[in-house]
Amino acid sequence: MGVVRAAGAQAAARLTARACRIAGRGATSLPGKVLLRLDPAAIGDLARRLPDGSIVISATNGKTTTAAMTAAILEADGRSAVHNRSGANMAGGIATTLLDARGDIGLLEVDEFWLDGVAAALKPRVTVLGNLFRDQLDRYGELEAIAQRWRVLAQSTVGQLVLNADDPAIAALGRGASSPIYFGVDDSRIGLDAAPHASDATHCGTCGTPFVYERRYLGHLGIYRCDVCATRRPAPSVVAQEVQLDGVSGSRFELVIDRTASIVELPLPGLYNVYNALGAAAAAHALGISMSTIVVGLEAVRPAFGRGESVAIAGRALKILLVKNPAGANEVLRTLSLEGGPLDLLAVLNDQIADGRDVSWIWDADFEGLAPTIGHATCAGTRAAEMALRLKYAGVAPSRITVCEDLPAALGAALDAGMGPLYAMPTYTAMLELRRELVRRGAAGDSFA
Amino acid sequence: MADRVLRVCALYPDLLNIYADRGNLLVLERRCAWRGIGFALTRVGVGDDLDPEAHDLFYLGGGQDRDQRLCAADLQEGVGDRLHEAAARGAVILGVCGGYQLLGHAYALGDEEIPGIGLLDVTTVREDGPRLIGNIAIDVDLPGRPDPGTLAGFENHGGRTRLGPSAQAFGRVLSGHGNDGRSGLEGARSGRVIGTYLHGPLLPKNTWFADWLIETALDDGRPLAPLDDRLEDAAHDTALRAVRR
Repeated sequence: MGVVRAAGAQAAARLTARACRIAGRGATSLPGKVLLRLDPAAIGDLARRLPDGSIVISATNGKTTTAAMTAAILEADGRSAVHNRSGANMAGGIATTLLDARGDIGLLEVDEFWLDGVAAALKPRVTVLGNLFRDQLDRYGELEAIAQRWRVLAQSTVGQLVLNADDPAIAALGRGASSPIYFGVDDSRIGLDAAPHASDATHCGTCGTPFVYERRYLGHLGIYRCDVCATRRPAPSVVAQEVQLDGVSGSRFELVIDRTASIVELPLPGLYNVYNALGAAAAAHALGISMSTIVVGLEAVRPAFGRGESVAIAGRALKILLVKNPAGANEVLRTLSLEGGPLDLLAVLNDQIADGRDVSWIWDADFEGLAPTIGHATCAGTRAAEMALRLKYAGVAPSRITVCEDLPAALGAALDAGMGPLYAMPTYTAMLELRRELVRRGAAGDSFA
Repeated sequence: MADRVLRVCALYPDLLNIYADRGNLLVLERRCAWRGIGFALTRVGVGDDLDPEAHDLFYLGGGQDRDQRLCAADLQEGVGDRLHEAAARGAVILGVCGGYQLLGHAYALGDEEIPGIGLLDVTTVREDGPRLIGNIAIDVDLPGRPDPGTLAGFENHGGRTRLGPSAQAFGRVLSGHGNDGRSGLEGARSGRVIGTYLHGPLLPKNTWFADWLIETALDDGRPLAPLDDRLEDAAHDTALRAVRR
């Protein structure tokens, strides 16, 4: 690709971005798609302009929040990041982000399916891989197919690999890689009593034997070993210990990096966010950023869009907790159950392509634990009735359930049905719809600055 | 203990559970409990013994190819024979997705063949071409029911299943792909042995079929008490609407 042609492609993409904005549409992906159509090498060429290289983050759950945490640390370190903050994480979104942004370092969350292609173009300096859970099987196919692509990727252009030691499928990617950094949780008090129903990667990837779990923290994440082939959880060098979860407000834990410890007061809730913080801390550590700066960054982080965001509306606090798949939903449910009851729920289940058209997954999420504490549940979205059914079979009395497909009407009904906090659990497109409605009502700021 | 007890055996629930198969078991359990019928669930894993006399209903869910291989190997170690004995004495056997494929003769994946147990006269082949994914509705005729009933669900399978000469389809496709995307047929049934690609899960939003399974498996000539199924019916209707979207 000649320089002139590349410049022409970029000009066309900029024009597209302007047209999108004039049309009142978001310009997060389309300009990049235009650019890549005209100049397929654009991602690599644009990324080479970043003096400190790029950090790439992928996982089934926690990409957006891990990137937000990493952004907070980079900011505390005085670096400006070129960051796809909007969550547009396929090739088009990444090309759009890189097109005009100026900064020291790329910070890019990448969709699991696009990761290998994007990494080949970007040649990242650091690649953070957080977890693999079953997710939208109609879109992504079987988990094993993604794991296989990541295994090939891990042997190539990923720079410094940062891996979750507690996820067997992720930790296995470090085998044969040059000195990966592992992160994990070491805390005997926060394990689960039993495996959740939707556990993935429960059998050794090397020999097929069921793993023996010394501790299970979250889904199939934990301290595991195979008694047949000696595969086991690698010892992590970036560790969370002494974890205290404080309901939906946040958590406190001791962060240990290469045996140096420091307390972190994390303003985001749940053990899943402790894992996200570990991924961000390990990435920052790989760049040589100091422990004190990492802690300052983590403590300054704000909830990513729709992920633990709190909005005041009609005299109530509406907390938005995005759910996309059973593992993520289970952690949200576990965090909510720490709040005690009775609590009011607005569960919004859509079946658009971006949500997954297959809504089976709600039957894998453990609503049973939360059922006794639910005061009132309003179910909305294109599959509101199925959501209501899930709650009924989890043990919520039908008299406590309202079904209303239309989201604005359901929000009104849910707000009228009680007092105190209201917890919204929307799927992805439902979250965008809910935020639009909150903006329309003047309760929330616009989506993306 | 209740005087009526439904004894259910979940086969390989740790491996065959990918499309929220647990939802199907939960629906059987709750619908028994609401009627004062006892419910006993036995989970049988790889390497465990299976008593063909001890259960009224056997359930096999869906799994990833790798996990399905592990189960296929175990079925060849005597468990498949036990299932043949259970079917012969009139137990209900329901296989969903991968479980359906395992009830057939075999599943051919390129050069590899995953053996089934041949309770249903069907064979599955992984062909080039896309997985068959989407909302699906079928009409089924079942013994003891005068009219066909409609089932709504979701299918997601790479394998194409062909019926053998002695096989009978489980249902006729109203909308969706079904066994192979061509024949207009879905699943297979031989007496009380049923295989289907419908997950979603199948039973929560098709309660008439859940109740047919319970009644047939109990086989005591006593009808089931009706339940308030307004939410269930609403979920069935939205699932049917999703098929037509």
